[in-house]
Amino acid sequence: MFEKTIAELINDLTHKTVSSVELTEAFLHRINHSDAEYNSFITVTTEQAMQQARQADQRLARGDGESLTGIPLAHKDIFCTKGIKTTCASKMLDNFIAPYDATVIEKFNQAGAVTLGKTNMDEFAMGSSNETSFYGPVKNPWGKNHVPGGSSGGSAAAVAALLAPGATGTDTGGSIRQPAALCNLTGIKPTYGRVSRWGMIAFASSLDQGGVMTRTAEDAAILLNVMAGFDSKDSTSINQPVDDYRANLNNDLTGLRIGLPKEFFDEKLDNQMASKIQDAIKVYQQAGAEIVDIELPHSALSVPAYYVIAPAECSSNLSRYDGVRFGYRCENPIDLEDLYKRSRGEAFGAEVKRRIMIGTYALSAGYYDAYYLKAQKVRQLISNDFKAAFEKCDVIMGPTTPDTAFELGEKSQDPVTMYLSDIYTIAVNLAGLPAMSIPAGFVNDMPVGLQIIGNYFDESRLLNVAHQYQQITDWHQQTPAGIC
Amino acid sequence: MQWEVVIGLEIHAQLATKSKIFSGASTAYGAEPNTQACAIDLGLPGVLPVLNKEVLRMAVLFGLAINADISRQSVFARKNYFYPDLPKGYQISQMDLPIVKNGSLEIELEDGQTKVIALTRAHLEEDAGKSLHEDFAGMTGIDLNRAGTPLLEIVSEPDMRSAKEAVAFMKKIHSLVQYLGICDGNMQEGSFRCDANVSVRPKGQEKLGTRTELKNINSFRFVEKAINLEVERQIELIEDGGTITQETRLYDADRDETRPMRSKEEANDYRYFPDPDLLPVEVDDAYIEQVRTQLPELPAEKKARFIAELALSSQDAEMLTAQKELADFFESTVEAANGEAKLCANWIMGELVATLNKSGKDISQSNISPERLGGLIQRIKDNTISGKIAKSVFEFLWNEEGTADEIIERKGLKQVTDSGFIEKIIAEVMTNNPEQVEQYRSGKEKVFGFFVGKVMQASQGKANPAQVNQLLKDKLKS
Repeated sequence: MFEKTIAELINDLTHKTVSSVELTEAFLHRINHSDAEYNSFITVTTEQAMQQARQADQRLARGDGESLTGIPLAHKDIFCTKGIKTTCASKMLDNFIAPYDATVIEKFNQAGAVTLGKTNMDEFAMGSSNETSFYGPVKNPWGKNHVPGGSSGGSAAAVAALLAPGATGTDTGGSIRQPAALCNLTGIKPTYGRVSRWGMIAFASSLDQGGVMTRTAEDAAILLNVMAGFDSKDSTSINQPVDDYRANLNNDLTGLRIGLPKEFFDEKLDNQMASKIQDAIKVYQQAGAEIVDIELPHSALSVPAYYVIAPAECSSNLSRYDGVRFGYRCENPIDLEDLYKRSRGEAFGAEVKRRIMIGTYALSAGYYDAYYLKAQKVRQLISNDFKAAFEKCDVIMGPTTPDTAFELGEKSQDPVTMYLSDIYTIAVNLAGLPAMSIPAGFVNDMPVGLQIIGNYFDESRLLNVAHQYQQITDWHQQTPAGIC
Repeated sequence: MQWEVVIGLEIHAQLATKSKIFSGASTAYGAEPNTQACAIDLGLPGVLPVLNKEVLRMAVLFGLAINADISRQSVFARKNYFYPDLPKGYQISQMDLPIVKNGSLEIELEDGQTKVIALTRAHLEEDAGKSLHEDFAGMTGIDLNRAGTPLLEIVSEPDMRSAKEAVAFMKKIHSLVQYLGICDGNMQEGSFRCDANVSVRPKGQEKLGTRTELKNINSFRFVEKAINLEVERQIELIEDGGTITQETRLYDADRDETRPMRSKEEANDYRYFPDPDLLPVEVDDAYIEQVRTQLPELPAEKKARFIAELALSSQDAEMLTAQKELADFFESTVEAANGEAKLCANWIMGELVATLNKSGKDISQSNISPERLGGLIQRIKDNTISGKIAKSVFEFLWNEEGTADEIIERKGLKQVTDSGFIEKIIAEVMTNNPEQVEQYRSGKEKVFGFFVGKVMQASQGKANPAQVNQLLKDKLKS
């Protein structure tokens, strides 16, 4: 039952071969039994889940279920949940209970989904290994001394370890795609503005985008159908009709133009990784796709530009955590300055502090033009690169990461090396494009992710391209050896 | 040495919207602390701002009224600083691309001359909350009801050359925003407040002196006092060989001085950058034209019309149009009086304003409605009552004892024009004062006034004075 896809579980629930209560109980039991090994959940919402499951069963019995009625899911602990702790994996919000649901949560609730709990992540989504969490690192189910990737590492590990059939994530510089790649999952980051950011705790507002992690492209399409859409509460949300993402899954790929940027296949890419990606591309060629060589000449600038823009926005976004109205407050502050300094000093972790400092510096008088403004110009150049590329191709493919999952502790003392693990994913966020990562094989028994980048609002095509690959290959059906 | 004073103003006008600039919470003044602060105003994690469109309309309306350029694209930026009453740790404001740029406004100086003041810009921003230092021993209370209230910050060029000019400009803006219906102008409640940038330079010198900024002054009188104090201080300091430090200063009305704010309260590095939660605000020509149709008649136009159509003097027209409510009151009165604009103007600026001042009320709180005042003026005009009786009728009107007609009727104040009745009184007065009759007849015409007084007294003021004059002259001669 745990290996079933969401599409299969929906079918089982509809045909009443299983009830939501049974399903939910089973997943909760599995989480309680084995999550100590992965640390993928920060909060397990047992009572609420069972209540939602009972309601779902009543609806199913009446025959008025919605698209996800009774399906258990896990949510990244960055989405605010009314009445349930939302921590962003920070000591700062260890006691924070939002009085509202994020729009994404509200939509899943309306669709009848059951919330199993809130998943672990890098603190405030800042990290690529899930090692910056206040609640401790998450282990990769494919190798427990390896990282699951980040920042949506808890969601990735939970789905990979079959603790949930699907989970939400957020992607600011690769935080859905990189952990999906490292944990053999299908992950999609939609076009910026496609999924509401209301109630999704901000890291870098112009880059953050919610998405999902599942075991198949079809499941991703099912969840995205619920998640996507205009939200008047988010000014950056885009008012454009949402496709039915399942409608085009079975389209034929003949004539699909796949762009391969030479910058994604340079010396930074591990050889064994490269050959896996080439294998995947051959599969597409056999399915009728054409290969187009393209260039993204400014992609080398994406990491430096990102590490100015994202910290700049974060330094401002995280100013509200001041110990005054909610969240952590230091004990016995002697005055206002002491309250600020110690509340923030004691409750933020090292990586968060590092980015706040970088961002504060980049926005300071005298540096603004040289850093922030320059980075914004680079961002425009990167967008232009993609625009030019999409005149020649329909999708762009390449590796999601330069390497498979690294070991816990391997990069945590060296921020720059850590930042470079996102070299292939970051440009997409800077341009605001949709992109996916799908399983494409293994190197030394660790998963390899194929990244597929689409044009704006071309999620439907991305899902079609991913789904067709999954009809031919079975990498996505592999599950980690040691899981019970 | 001859010194020239240079003043520029930054005026904060609170926009009269029902809800806040980026949230749906109410902006009503005076509620219990923190009862009008929603999750967005509190800066809770995950919340996002959405621009209140009404705020944009008001800013564009203001821009059109000062003949300014309306930016087709304006951008909200974050002004970052930590303060407990600033929930997000940044204020959403406009920096590089404000909604309104390059306007101008004419002010009238005391000598009747006019002067054009240039306006650099007007931009939209959110207000902060309030820190309450009283009532909490050793602690500070935070009230976030005001947080997120929309403000229009109006910035002038340093075009004013005296405190009086600064006050005239501030009054002009105060009047304008009320005309436009975009600000209630209530200075006690902080809906309209001002910072003044003040510097001095030797007369004839082109280079500006170092300026200081006087913060948060909330009355016209204080603006004048604060600027004059600061000018005196600067001149004295320079003449004593000192130099002016560019700084922010507070005006303390109780101690009648300006003094530097503590350095911590001062501006440091605000790290402005465009707010990524809000898209640039785009307005097109169609929108601007649609807002233009909402422009009411502005003070200058109204003044010109009062002069041309109602034959008022420039001075009367200026006074009556300075305040929209006053102008409206005047026009309603004229309508109720069926014309008689000059008489209406005199009664409003004379008796009514004096009575309002005495009772500490403004025109909107007048006990007498324009309809009732118009009714009184009609009775003056058609000689039902004399001007003197009218003053007592006005008092009864103020005490809300009914309409002018009701009062005149009930109290029997109707002017007497029956010459037989007046002649009878004259005869009595002459009989009772033979000595004065003799004096008058022997050429001492000064006693004529004595007879008028007596006759009016005997008629309880009701006799028509013109008739009394005429009849008295006739009778005394014969």
